Amino acid sequence: MSETKALESMIGEEYKYGFTTDIEYEDFPSGINEDIVRLISEKKNEPEWMTEFRLKAYRAWVEMEEPSWFNATYEKPKFDTLQYYSAPKNKPKLNSLDEVDPNIRETYEKLGIPLDEQKMLAGVAVDAVFDSISIFTSFKEKLAEAGVIFCSISEAVQDHPELIKKYMGSVVPARDNFYAALNSAVFSDGSFCYVPKDTICPMELSTYFRINNMNSGQFERTLIIAEENSHVSYLEGCTAPVYDENQLHAAVVELIALDNAEIKYSTIQNWYSGDENGKGGIYNFVTKRGACRGKNSKISWTQLETGSVVTLKYPSVILQGDNSVGEFFSVAVTNKMQQADTGTKMIHIGKNTKSTIISKGISAGRSNNSYRGEVKISKKADNARNYSQCDSMLIGQTCGAHTFPYIESANPTGKIEHEATTSRVGEDQIFYLQQRGISEDDAISLIVNGFCKEVLKELPMEFAVEANKLLGIKLEGSVG
Amino acid sequence: MLELKNLHAEVEGEGIEILKGVNLKVSKGEIHAIMGPNGSGKSTLSKVVAGHPHYEVTKGDILYNGESILEMDPDERAHAGIFLAFQYPVEVPGVTNTTLLRESYNTIAASRGREELDPLEFDDYIKEKLSLVEMNPDFLERSVNTGFSGGEKKRNEIFQMAVLQPTLSLLDETDSGLDIDALRIVSDGINKLHGDHDAIVLITHYQRLLNYIIPDHVHVMINGRIVKTGGKELALELEEKGYDWLESLETVNGEAK
Repeated sequence: MSETKALESMIGEEYKYGFTTDIEYEDFPSGINEDIVRLISEKKNEPEWMTEFRLKAYRAWVEMEEPSWFNATYEKPKFDTLQYYSAPKNKPKLNSLDEVDPNIRETYEKLGIPLDEQKMLAGVAVDAVFDSISIFTSFKEKLAEAGVIFCSISEAVQDHPELIKKYMGSVVPARDNFYAALNSAVFSDGSFCYVPKDTICPMELSTYFRINNMNSGQFERTLIIAEENSHVSYLEGCTAPVYDENQLHAAVVELIALDNAEIKYSTIQNWYSGDENGKGGIYNFVTKRGACRGKNSKISWTQLETGSVVTLKYPSVILQGDNSVGEFFSVAVTNKMQQADTGTKMIHIGKNTKSTIISKGISAGRSNNSYRGEVKISKKADNARNYSQCDSMLIGQTCGAHTFPYIESANPTGKIEHEATTSRVGEDQIFYLQQRGISEDDAISLIVNGFCKEVLKELPMEFAVEANKLLGIKLEGSVG
Repeated sequence: MLELKNLHAEVEGEGIEILKGVNLKVSKGEIHAIMGPNGSGKSTLSKVVAGHPHYEVTKGDILYNGESILEMDPDERAHAGIFLAFQYPVEVPGVTNTTLLRESYNTIAASRGREELDPLEFDDYIKEKLSLVEMNPDFLERSVNTGFSGGEKKRNEIFQMAVLQPTLSLLDETDSGLDIDALRIVSDGINKLHGDHDAIVLITHYQRLLNYIIPDHVHVMINGRIVKTGGKELALELEEKGYDWLESLETVNGEAK
């Protein structure tokens, strides 16, 4: 099946993940205060130090102001009516797949994520997070053989407290920013991955996040640690039902790479993006940061951001170890009334550190798409290098594209290159392809896929086809 | 095959009339050349036949195999066998020549009920067409027209024509930007592609192309209309005399109107 054929088969599909799963939820009071934070901790049967971690974060959050420096306008989330914890009533901790609520299993099947290990994509281990609770982590045993720990954060708090204590909050401190502080106080679950020394993780790791409950926020935390000489590739996918109300998603992701370790983190974000008039949709306010702590370590972010009504997200790398490498490959698509303010930060601290930023922004409809990136070379970072390329593509006349690069160098040996282009998918380009027999929608898909090629090729193979389809669907009928 | 009846067209939404009543009849197996000074409407004519959305037909009709195609989208016209070799081929970064051509070929094949080719079959098929315009196979993996020289772009258009096998080819100033060797290669290619079942309309400023591709009919277009039609010798006459003597002819007609 050719690329375009695959796209054709999707034609006419609106947001197909917009269904709701009918299941019973545990009762939990809405709003936020210290008691709520304690209650979350209690529900999860957490040790005292974890409760303290949350309370400190909560107290910090109360003192903080909601930021507004980004290029997006929206109605602020109502923090006092939000539900901060939402879990399906059935027993959350599961020992086998048979114990998963059949409704939830069905949901994941509809999403194309069979939890059934036999049917799964070869070599991909999946952790599924439904609202706040991690439902099941597959391939656990096979990973354990290799010494890789892949489980929910809740389990890790219980089973690997020394690792959590050492690393959680070490890259994104609780006080880092408003949403990170909130997450640190109320985070419900998420994925944890630990790859021991001299280990190449034997399979792709993957987490699927699903927000189902209408009034709940989703605050998951992901923590990935790659010890010396280890390697891991991780992918997250996100979907949510269609609701008129906005839902908040404020996650924190921390990555730690020690000497010679490599972490590749990919995201396909397709939260519900609201309707034509910007009603409903997910607020995607996420803090993602990786620390290249060790020499010669490497962290690579690849993201395909297509959903959410508002996205504020800057996956960053702190290049501490000498010769460490940071990469950011991004495609951000906005259509309808979506607003995205996304980019990265590359902080060079070690010597001979290198970073690459490739950002492709595509705006259509009445959307607004901003790239915001910071490259900082500190005093001691001799011979640091950065290359940034930010390309924007406009489809139609009513959308906007913006680029906000911040460059700061305190070391004269640093080299920073920045390139930026803006192009419009023009009548002539579409006419040219149509003259070659290709329909208007397929022409746009082809042009956009070509535009994003450098980034799409960074996605794990299994997901590259998905990504192509997703781009096609997102921009369906966006011209004329 | 193609019949233009009193065709009037203007720039969409701007009310500037560019084609002011063009009449033209092209039959199977024929080669027509349309010549004329800059701004006479030659390129517009080819775009209007191909269905460019920038232009609006305000009067008259375009018949293709006896049926009006005015309501057809550009891709539908392409499916019907109309091919336009662009004067300024458009760049499509990140999309390889092979990808585009396979999409094109298979979409057109599907619409005509012909068999589609899988990537391996298609690979064999296009490699064979490459030799027609003496192009290097590396070229297939380059992005469509991106970073091509002017000559390469023009050659690529004829290569696409060879792959897609249209029944009516409109070649808009395919000769401009080609050096003398490339001109010969491209012309040879066009001659080889042409047969009893297809027709070619060449749009050109210069007579030199017509030394290589011999037209059956030559038309002179001035100010949005065809003011004179003749055999291949008309091209030579134009080369010698320029267009001035015909412009007066056009003015006379204009006043008579």
